[in-house]
Amino acid sequence: MIKPQWPALLLAGLLVAPSLGAYTLEEFKFQDPGQAEDFHRLTAELRCLVCQNESLAGSQADLAQDLRKEVYRLLQSGKSRQEVIDFLVARYGDFVLYDPPLKPSTYPLWFGPLALAGVGGLFLLLTLRKKKEAREEALSPEERQRLQALLADDSNPNKDKA
Amino acid sequence: MGQSLKFLIPLGLFGVLVALLFFGLTTDPSKVPSPLIGKPAPEFSLPALGDPARTVSHTDLLGKVTLLNVWASWCHSCRAEHTQLMRLARELKEVQILGLNWKDTEADAQQMLRTSGNPYRVSAFDPENQAGINWGVYGAPETFLVDGEGRICFKKIGPVEPGTWETEMAPTIDLTTKKCKESRT
Repeated sequence: MIKPQWPALLLAGLLVAPSLGAYTLEEFKFQDPGQAEDFHRLTAELRCLVCQNESLAGSQADLAQDLRKEVYRLLQSGKSRQEVIDFLVARYGDFVLYDPPLKPSTYPLWFGPLALAGVGGLFLLLTLRKKKEAREEALSPEERQRLQALLADDSNPNKDKA
Repeated sequence: MGQSLKFLIPLGLFGVLVALLFFGLTTDPSKVPSPLIGKPAPEFSLPALGDPARTVSHTDLLGKVTLLNVWASWCHSCRAEHTQLMRLARELKEVQILGLNWKDTEADAQQMLRTSGNPYRVSAFDPENQAGINWGVYGAPETFLVDGEGRICFKKIGPVEPGTWETEMAPTIDLTTKKCKESRT
């Protein structure tokens, strides 16, 4: 006799239930495949302001759903990709973009790493050059003379051991 | 540079790094600065909470200094800041407080005003987040300070606390001319 699998069924129900209430992108239908492509690219490139490490496409936050609807509405009303981006940036700031624009306030962001690498490289170069000089000048002229004298002196008892 | 002081260079760099990291601790990445500061308030037109025949719009902002408070009954911080808004409504005679009831239900919103008091001259009812998106609202509570010409002087993200008006908001507005003070972000 097979026991009723209530625990398993309950578990399955619990696992399925949350996903039933989840937002998906399925509800957004497009006539024009180009617009659908724009929609998917845009929602992947725009950041959800509540869950900041998620894109609009991936976030389950309520606000993300509102913004997806807004992006959908704007695209359906004939707005271009850039117009949608401008619309959101005007309201939420550059933060909605995963790809920050190049402008004076973001110069440190864009060029800071390059500048740091430059400083590091310069430092490395100077250190290496100094090391090289130090090696060549390891013996002073007096020490050099003494060395020559030692090498030339056959009577030096240490000569063969060297 | 003297050889003897050279060992101080890494120490100095370390100090700079520590200072930067400490500065990072004082900033809150969940607070995204609004691009609307210094700009005219976005236009909106919504029914009033509890009085659908009445319309609340951006024209209600003109001629008076306004605190536009975005709130919802489901938002715990909104309940927390409510006593502060009640106090400001009592004390600040030259400032009107308008509500933007955001993504809420009419019944819950009115229930909250009945039990905790109503600091708002009127609340615009925005269950579908129509005006909210135009104002760049991404969470409740948020509070905008708008001058008499309808320009946004300041945006507070998060609850209004004791002292928020005095230290953060009041310095951005001239209450006699009802204009935002310039050169503040």
